[in-house]
Amino acid sequence: MLKYIKQLTSLVAVIAVLFAFTTESMAAKKSKTLKNTIKKGFVRCGVSQGLPGFSNADASGNWTGVDVDVCRAVAAAVLGDASKVKFTPLSAKERFTALIAGEIDILSRNTTWTLSRDADIGLTFVGVNFYDGQGFMVRKSSGITSTSDFKSGLSACVNIGTTTELNMRDFFTANGITYEPVVFEKADEVVAAYDSGRCDTYTTDKSGLAAQRTKLSNPDDHIVLPETISKEPLGPVVRQGDAVWEDIVRWSLNIMIEAEEYGINSSNADAMKTSENPQIKRLVGAEGELGAALGLDNDWSLRIIKQVGNYGESYKRNISDTGILPDRGPNELWTKGGILYVPPAR
Amino acid sequence: MIKIINLLGTPSREKFSLFVPIGIFLFSLGLIDVTLNSLFDVNITSFFPRGLNYFTPLIFGFLGLYYLRIEFSGNKMLDKLNININSNWFNSILTLLIIFVLIQNIPPLLNWLIIDANFVGTTKKDCSDSGACWIFIKIWFPRLMYGLYPNAELWRINTSFIMLITLVVALFYIPIKLKKYLIIFLIFVFPFIMFNLIHGGNFGLVWVETTAWGGLSLTFIISVFALILCFPIGMFLALGRRSSAPVTRYASIGFIEFWRGVPLITVLFMASVMFPMFLPDGVYMDKLFRVIIAITLFEAAYMAEVIRGGLQALPRGQYDAAKSLGMGYWRLHLLVILPQALKLVIPGIANTFLALVKDTPLILVVGLLELVGMIDMAKTNPDWLGFATEGYVFAGILFWIICFNMSRYSQRLEEKYKTDR
Amino acid sequence: MNLGITTFLDKRPKIKKYFPQIITLLFIIFIFGYFTYNARVNMDTRGIDFGLRFLGEEASFDISFTPFVEYDGTKPYAKAYLVGLVNTLIVAAIGIFFATILGVIIGISRLSSNYLISKISEWYIEIFRNIPLLLQLFFWYFAALRALPLPKEAINFFDIAYLSIKGLYVPRFVWTNGSVFLFSIVAAIVAIFFVFKYTRIQQEKSGRRIPAFLISLGIIIVLPLLTFLIGGVSLTFEHPELKQLSKTIYNYIGGVAIIPELMALAAALSLYTATFIAECVRAGIMGVTKGQKEAAASIGLTPGQILRLVVMPQALRIIIPPTTNQYLNLTKNSSLAAAIAYPDLVLVFAGTAMMQTGRAIEIISITMLTYLSISIAISILMNWYNKKIAIKEK
Repeated sequence: MLKYIKQLTSLVAVIAVLFAFTTESMAAKKSKTLKNTIKKGFVRCGVSQGLPGFSNADASGNWTGVDVDVCRAVAAAVLGDASKVKFTPLSAKERFTALIAGEIDILSRNTTWTLSRDADIGLTFVGVNFYDGQGFMVRKSSGITSTSDFKSGLSACVNIGTTTELNMRDFFTANGITYEPVVFEKADEVVAAYDSGRCDTYTTDKSGLAAQRTKLSNPDDHIVLPETISKEPLGPVVRQGDAVWEDIVRWSLNIMIEAEEYGINSSNADAMKTSENPQIKRLVGAEGELGAALGLDNDWSLRIIKQVGNYGESYKRNISDTGILPDRGPNELWTKGGILYVPPAR
Repeated sequence: MIKIINLLGTPSREKFSLFVPIGIFLFSLGLIDVTLNSLFDVNITSFFPRGLNYFTPLIFGFLGLYYLRIEFSGNKMLDKLNININSNWFNSILTLLIIFVLIQNIPPLLNWLIIDANFVGTTKKDCSDSGACWIFIKIWFPRLMYGLYPNAELWRINTSFIMLITLVVALFYIPIKLKKYLIIFLIFVFPFIMFNLIHGGNFGLVWVETTAWGGLSLTFIISVFALILCFPIGMFLALGRRSSAPVTRYASIGFIEFWRGVPLITVLFMASVMFPMFLPDGVYMDKLFRVIIAITLFEAAYMAEVIRGGLQALPRGQYDAAKSLGMGYWRLHLLVILPQALKLVIPGIANTFLALVKDTPLILVVGLLELVGMIDMAKTNPDWLGFATEGYVFAGILFWIICFNMSRYSQRLEEKYKTDR
Repeated sequence: MNLGITTFLDKRPKIKKYFPQIITLLFIIFIFGYFTYNARVNMDTRGIDFGLRFLGEEASFDISFTPFVEYDGTKPYAKAYLVGLVNTLIVAAIGIFFATILGVIIGISRLSSNYLISKISEWYIEIFRNIPLLLQLFFWYFAALRALPLPKEAINFFDIAYLSIKGLYVPRFVWTNGSVFLFSIVAAIVAIFFVFKYTRIQQEKSGRRIPAFLISLGIIIVLPLLTFLIGGVSLTFEHPELKQLSKTIYNYIGGVAIIPELMALAAALSLYTATFIAECVRAGIMGVTKGQKEAAASIGLTPGQILRLVVMPQALRIIIPPTTNQYLNLTKNSSLAAAIAYPDLVLVFAGTAMMQTGRAIEIISITMLTYLSISIAISILMNWYNKKIAIKEK
């Protein structure tokens, strides 16, 4: 009798252990980052040191911007509350090392997706949340209205360690113009140098130019030249090696874009649960098991849409309404003439 | 030329009452000319030809001082003046030039600093263009002192520093018997208390992340922690360097020379960018702690050299006497050698601490915002553009007050301990 | 105390002797091994590979100040490293030059009998020593040099040099057959060396004084000038010209541009290090005992001769070691260029190159090794000098 009890106990123990393992893997599969995030209770997000429209803190320390909204979406999906994010402002120098070192889990800092960054330094880009290009800003009084007016001997201010630094060189060399690069680490120093007259032109992504123009002493004295000299797809970055976390961040962003495609926004998301369209029902979690594949519960997409809004709401709130870039340009849905086309969530 | 000047004869004691008034008159004429020129733009010598205009104050002053140069005049003040600033024509010209430069530059400087400066107001519009805008400093003062630390928790930083200061002051006034316990408390227990107070997270205090620590308080936090931690490490390194065991000696030499040979910026880069790669996957050490460790190791190398100087200055007889009493290595050093050596190098230790405080602004290149970093942040705020000068002058004055007093104090220590021996 | 281990060790004196060393060695091996292992694991998971191969890759970024090295974006990272190193040495050389001159002047002024002068030197030392170098640098660069005018209204120095917010523009020396000129200077220096040796031997043998100084002055002026006449050397100047790039943008083309970053860094380093050098000089001169000066005066030497023949040689012995230490500190402090936009080794290599390639470990190690090599070279030189001039005890 005792022997059977012992055997039964061990069997029950083994089944319990197996069960524990399976529930654990269902909850966190093999993602250390997801486990740590749930344990800590907040998402660690790396942002810029203050770029209006993308990631900017106001006087009381609240962060807003489209990059900020990506992290908030992930927090809503994983932790249930979009406000559970800790923002770490990073300069261009330390953004990648902070991510590699584990100081942050998502880098949402208007970072350009390039091959060398994706393949060479241990990071993975999980999407594009803003399609942009590089441009130049000059003073109106200089009389320059296009980059063809640039002559040799120009001095250009740029941020260190960015694709802008390299693209600028390609552009000037291709046009046979000798120039003087003045590179600073902090974006604020670059702007101040341009403002004081140390450089004749300031170059970075056009969205950055529009945003930083608000920080000049006389914003109306400056114009952004019409030419775009490079492709700058900006998007969030995560560490290589954690596939589940990559998928979570990628699909949180995609949900925001696809929700706008189907007309779901933060106010009508609940109502959409009873829609006729099965894809809409999947997007709000009323149908299908999309959450389980990522290790999340099924309301994850609904929370994103309700708490953060869809892509259009985020853009309008942060970029259009603040006057930085009134129209969406390429950042419009593919159905409306833009190039935002994401894989379907199903 | 000399003949013309000597029309009245060489200045001498006999003709005291003749030369002194003339000298004083000419000298004052030169001073007044410069003053009027620079402050009020009035030129009293405009009737001279153009080129001569610039030099008239110099000529007047030189003549005046020449006539005043009476050796052994008997007047105590005049003699003192002559010996100090008027001993020959070269000295008198230098004196004149210095006085003129001072007159031309100090009033505008004072004007900018204090007289035309704006102290009252709350926004940029309250600042006039001509003087310094101290309103900028006033508004940003809490941030410059405490960084981005939440306002509600500032009492924690204040309490920890008040405790530190009272403990250090008490060190000088309590009886010797208790001193040992106080020192042990200061070195081993107090850092934990201070750290918990400021960091929070335990004992019901709100957790404040280290990226929010900043301003002048961060300068002091880093300096205090680095000093307390680098001291024992430096001591071990100094002893290791003087040991006879080859492994210990060469390891210490290598360590010390490495940290002394590289600039602090590369050490900070190493801490913020390279060091995380050496930690296991998933383990993350806060950036501030990595920086404190890096600064500690860096200063420990310099401290080791200072302590080694003290150890070398001790007569060999001390070692021999202690060994003859049968003391082992550690008892010998702890009870006999180190107390004497440390007393010898207290000025050197104070200098190392001073250098440490002056090196802390470098941490802004790795993103930690102490006082200078906070000023950078304040001066690029869109509402407050263009006040870089006021910010840096303020930081300069603040640092100067702190460092000057520390260096004065260490000079006094040097005097005190020099006479002891 | 636990008697177990101590009695165990006492019984085996050999092990006791080596025990601490073995422990230290194991500790060091453990630390290094731990770090290396972790680094390897981390790099494997991230897919980064370790190696110096990246040094051959194209840099694809430009550097604004490359005076002696041919560089553009198509050159490899190794060339960028060279440019950074040269820039560091340039700013260090300029800083050392001005710091020495200023430091010696202030050190001597500090000892002057003129009350005003010594007080002013004292205040100079106290003020510039107690303000952190980074703060002084920021003041010079962000506050002082930013207040300079735009190129159109640049400050004009006799139509040769122009000072504006974009830098100091001076004429460029354009040599033809410049190497001949250089050889002539080297030949002149060698000749002067032999002249001094010869005159010294003569003086010791026969007491005859030959004016060696005047002869060497003549050689160093005449010989290079000869190359202009015979050697086919000629020198023209390329003047900076104001060119209008647009309605309001002007720039100086031609000539040599000394960028404001270099000026601010050199100024801050010189002013700061001069205070320490002044203290070294003062200690050196005061360290010569009074008796030396009095004895020299008693045998009829003039004050100038006393200074030159008696005081300075002895003072130099005391001055030179700490001063070279200060030179080393200045070179290390030049790494602050990373905080303003001066392209020195740290900014170019451990800044841009590291951010573009992501190879943090390799790049920072190379940078630290470079500075370490400079320090060790100077230390070895200093040790040799100390041994050479050490007063041999009787």
